[in-house]
Amino acid sequence: MSSSQGENALVVTPPPGGRSTAGDGATTAPSPARRPRGTDWRTRAEIALLAGPAIVVFVAFVIFPVLMAAYYGFFRWKGYGPPTDFVGLQNYVAILQDTTFHDALRHNGFIVVMSLVMQGPAAVALALLLNRRMRGRSVIRVLIFVPYVISEVIVGVGWSLMLQTSGAVNGFLTKIGLEAWTVDWLSDPDIAIWSLMIIITWKYIGFAVILFLAGLQSIPEELHEAAAIDGASFWQAQRSITLPLLGPTMRIWAFLSIIGALQLFDLVYIIWGQYVSATAGTSTMATYMVLNGRNAGNYGFGNAVAVVLFLISLVIALTYQRFVLRRDTEGALTGGTK
Amino acid sequence: MAAIAVQTTPARAPGPARRRGSTLHRVNPLVYVVAWLLVGVCIGPVAFIILGGLRTNSQITADPSGFPTTWEFGNYSSVLTSSLFWQQAANSAIAGISTTLGVVVLGVMASFVLARYRFNGQAAMYTLFAAGLMFPMTVAITPLYILVRALGLMNTLPGIILPQIAFALPVTIIILVPFLRAIPKELEEAASIDGASRLGFFVRMVVPLSLPGVVTVGILAFVASWNSYMLPLFILNNEVMYTLPLGVQSFASQYSVDTARVLAFVSLSMIPALIFFSLFERRIVGGLTGAVKG
Repeated sequence: MSSSQGENALVVTPPPGGRSTAGDGATTAPSPARRPRGTDWRTRAEIALLAGPAIVVFVAFVIFPVLMAAYYGFFRWKGYGPPTDFVGLQNYVAILQDTTFHDALRHNGFIVVMSLVMQGPAAVALALLLNRRMRGRSVIRVLIFVPYVISEVIVGVGWSLMLQTSGAVNGFLTKIGLEAWTVDWLSDPDIAIWSLMIIITWKYIGFAVILFLAGLQSIPEELHEAAAIDGASFWQAQRSITLPLLGPTMRIWAFLSIIGALQLFDLVYIIWGQYVSATAGTSTMATYMVLNGRNAGNYGFGNAVAVVLFLISLVIALTYQRFVLRRDTEGALTGGTK
Repeated sequence: MAAIAVQTTPARAPGPARRRGSTLHRVNPLVYVVAWLLVGVCIGPVAFIILGGLRTNSQITADPSGFPTTWEFGNYSSVLTSSLFWQQAANSAIAGISTTLGVVVLGVMASFVLARYRFNGQAAMYTLFAAGLMFPMTVAITPLYILVRALGLMNTLPGIILPQIAFALPVTIIILVPFLRAIPKELEEAASIDGASRLGFFVRMVVPLSLPGVVTVGILAFVASWNSYMLPLFILNNEVMYTLPLGVQSFASQYSVDTARVLAFVSLSMIPALIFFSLFERRIVGGLTGAVKG
């Protein structure tokens, strides 16, 4: 924000004061400040040497597979030899007509909304709390981030042991006299998705808190001092200063949370395994993809699911960016870095 | 999963900036109560795992949520003496360190080009990487598996390292470019007057000066690799090649009746990521400061 000129114009738009690079190419006179030395071929060689490896690895392992997914999606293919059995849009028709997929999609939608509702307010409150000067703050911060740092597998294995019918959670409830509250946390279809939401909230709220803390640190202290001098209470100051200035951070967090929720795979697959998630009502598009694609040996079909998942995410991401993020960032995903 | 798809501007030096935002008011004791209550919620399940590893199975069955009555170290020592655990820990370490090195080296080089050169196709190159944020591994996993198989890298660590590097590049580049851009032009001119080539400038000045950003992206890449599950699940298919997350899962299903030992295995496998994060927590928050403002 401070030196916005230089950072704002990053790469996509022509640099301030510089000329458009589109027409004149690399052979015309370089702008004096920027290309002080070196012959042209030498500069090109440097660029190729420095950027080449990253581009090769990235294109080979990210772009190429994604394009291949789109291609394989049109075939009925068991994964061996080149795909030959072209079936057009048949895979896509099958996906869109499959009620199991509809269920998965519905679960994803639920998880998207509930993640925002359950994590957002709590994370803002936590960040405000942890941003105050208090004894042991750094210890508390580290401890609160623990769930975020440990792996999905550990979270999955640990929580599924605790949530077993004869597990620690029900044991604890019985011990404190709430025996009536003991339920089948993981297998009851009415409960399971809520258990999943509790686990997701527990696991990922630390990430939201980290982002919000970083956002809070960029709010100038002077604003709070001024508010204090004017006699504003702590809560008034938070409501009128902190929350509005934290807006951009919240909108970026919400974006990341939505995308993450749409792609959710690890936790569900680890806790509910390959087969139970659909009956427990926690299947997601990604578990549907793995189950019906690779595990079933139908690679063409699996790739088609990946494409559907990608398109749904893309549409949501672009819509969100168009209507929500636009005020903060001008094309963070499609262009510049501001 | 938790790609940090935000843009950074270089963090200010840690120190004074960290004090910002705290208020001048006296802190209410209630704040401490609430804070430590939340810590309890966050740590409770982790404590259950660690303490559970110190109990016996009969204790766990009789009272699943209790504290250890007698301290049972046998579970931990049996895990620590199993060669499979160490093998899997080594696999995780190799994959994590290689991924981190690869991401940092390739990422710094590419970001340097994007930040300090001017050429045709620069915009396209940036957009290419930025668009990578839209391709999470979930979408590409099936063709990635086919590709890795075609390269003959199935069931090898390079088979997970290379894709992990590729998928970590977008975030790395988006975080690093502003760092490199912020290095004053005068430094480059001075270096040039002293006879350094632009590559010499890169090696002697850029790399050291961008260290804070590099540490941030390095930590993110390492923790992501240490914890990654989906890719190893597709690529690695025997216990000796497993990384710890797969090892934990297979151990948990293999010894599902021996809950205490499973808990000990789980506890031990989370230690490195925890240590790593505790050491660098400030740096991560610091490195992201400015990342998230509009």
